[in-house]
Amino acid sequence: MTDTTNNMETAAHPENLRRVAIDPLSRVEGHGKVTLLMDENDRVHQVRLHIVEFRGFEKFIEGRPYWEAPVMVQRLCGICPVSHHLAASKAMDMIVGATLTATADKVRRLMHYGQILQSHALHFFHLCSPDLLFGFDSDMAKRNIVGVAAAYPEIARQGVLLRKFGQEVIRVTAGKRIHGTGSIPGGVNKNVSIEERDYLLKDIDQTVAWSRDAVAIARQLFEQNLDLYNSFAKFDSHTLSMVSKDGALDLYHGGLRARDRDGNTLFDHFDYSHYWDVILEEVKPWTYMKFPFLRSLGPEQGWYRVGPLSRVTQCDYIPTPLANQARMAFLAFNGGSAASATLGVHWARMIEMLHAAEQIQVLLHAPDLQGTDLVSTGERQERGVGVIEAPRGTLIHHYKVDEHDQIVRCNLIVSTTHNNQAMNEAIRSVARQFIDGRKLTEGLLNHIEVAIRAFDPCLSCATHALGKMPLEVELLDAEGGRADMLTRSSDGMFCSPC
Amino acid sequence: MVAPILIFAVGNASRGDDALAPLLLRQLQPDSLVQAELVEEYQLQVEHVTDLSGRSAVLFVDADVSCDAPFRFSEITALHDNSYTSHAMTPSALLYVYRQVYGVDAPDSFLLRIRGYDFELGEPLSLKATANLEVARKLVVGLCAAASPSVWREKLQANLIANN
Repeated sequence: MTDTTNNMETAAHPENLRRVAIDPLSRVEGHGKVTLLMDENDRVHQVRLHIVEFRGFEKFIEGRPYWEAPVMVQRLCGICPVSHHLAASKAMDMIVGATLTATADKVRRLMHYGQILQSHALHFFHLCSPDLLFGFDSDMAKRNIVGVAAAYPEIARQGVLLRKFGQEVIRVTAGKRIHGTGSIPGGVNKNVSIEERDYLLKDIDQTVAWSRDAVAIARQLFEQNLDLYNSFAKFDSHTLSMVSKDGALDLYHGGLRARDRDGNTLFDHFDYSHYWDVILEEVKPWTYMKFPFLRSLGPEQGWYRVGPLSRVTQCDYIPTPLANQARMAFLAFNGGSAASATLGVHWARMIEMLHAAEQIQVLLHAPDLQGTDLVSTGERQERGVGVIEAPRGTLIHHYKVDEHDQIVRCNLIVSTTHNNQAMNEAIRSVARQFIDGRKLTEGLLNHIEVAIRAFDPCLSCATHALGKMPLEVELLDAEGGRADMLTRSSDGMFCSPC
Repeated sequence: MVAPILIFAVGNASRGDDALAPLLLRQLQPDSLVQAELVEEYQLQVEHVTDLSGRSAVLFVDADVSCDAPFRFSEITALHDNSYTSHAMTPSALLYVYRQVYGVDAPDSFLLRIRGYDFELGEPLSLKATANLEVARKLVVGLCAAASPSVWREKLQANLIANN
């Protein structure tokens, strides 16, 4: 295995490297910054994706009573609050010693699949489809959701309504649109009434049908651009995801499975309540974000990828018929090339969206949803770990609670953190392929952003006050002077003062 | 029955002055909300066009880091802007998508930007933002009393004159 981590971090003479900074990224949640360090021959030697995610959040929650955690953690992020809500709830289930009732389990699962549906719809239809439908080098003024709405009104309309349906599932199960309180330590605080169930049932068949169409669109895009999709931002990695006891895709609960880049199993059905026996985190001086790695392989060799691509390829099957059929076609496509391509993640994501729609359909017919046994408790514990497969990948919440019911330690490993090294690898692959000379171009920047967006990273800040979204790109030569600069203002206009 | 007024507050209550809009909503008294529905979200997204349908008037409220204190109140129209940054859409871009989805123009819409200063996680509202919030709240109470865009425009004009 090539030691790419070391290659990226240890140029022979870093003082002679030029620096390309992209800050922040567009259509990625929160603010991020990319630094490309190039040598005098204009070759990319180092890549650093800087993320300020969750800085201080673990401290923010320490000292709070444990029952507040499922609600408080939703403030982390504007795009995946439900995932944090449920992961924290699962950790607190351990704290209160609970075994979930059938009603609580199904209501939570319904909430989770609503979240998967709406998040995947947003990502594919609104954040990535502009790139995929118009091309990475197309007019920036067109390459956005408004442009999609103008050129492909039916696709845009379906994206809007799929997203809305997922949000309604969340509202029904969580009680509110945001800051929901539906999931609590040991269970849920409400069931799903007959009226609420029927309200969702009237749209579910259409939702499944549109999700099936979305899988076809994703496949069509891959087929139409086969060479580009097969090679873009390509890199090999180990994979990690959660699977059920029988190896099926299960986004809510299961054991951890990891495979190496050749598909060999590293561990399987591992009890996540002791995740630190298989996953450790490394800290690096240039970023606030940690670098997790598989303990048995060490920090340099053990980095891995999580998310839809890992999940769909690692599971033995998908327990809903249409999504499983789509998975089989995905794995067989072009000798398996889509299953190992970075841009194959969009296709995998749509397969998961179809699975989520089918799961919602099944769950809505379950009588347990109307049950009244909502909460259980057992022997109080001081430590709780909750793991869930969030839209972007495996999400780990770990808490320690003292005898006064206060949280005294909190550790979160979010999907974007798991994918940290993988994103750096994707950026480096793109940069080496597309950087030409010393001139920064809009096309180059967007290729890098397309690679990052494939992971749908949550760079989290949820602070979107108006007027806060500039994009600045700076190119410094080997002597530290400015060779080029490109600024994208909050209204999307580019300006190059050089 | 859809309430004629929609007030859409955008912000995260746990991030300092980003809480301005959510807090404004929470400070409104029920007796001033007979004609209004209140919606709070972290950020605007495409599905929110479904909330606009059937309204007489829509008010978006958000913290702003660039406007003059205490606030800026303006009428907005659909705009094919280039706000492709992040997961958040501008109110004007949302109105544009509304037209694409429904085939007609969105209801008359207004934007209230309240000046904020600090947006750190876990920080309370700053003192200067607190003062701006109180002034903005009085304006919104007056808007809630009349579900008429023409009356809102009169208040807009009066506000402009007062600021000049």
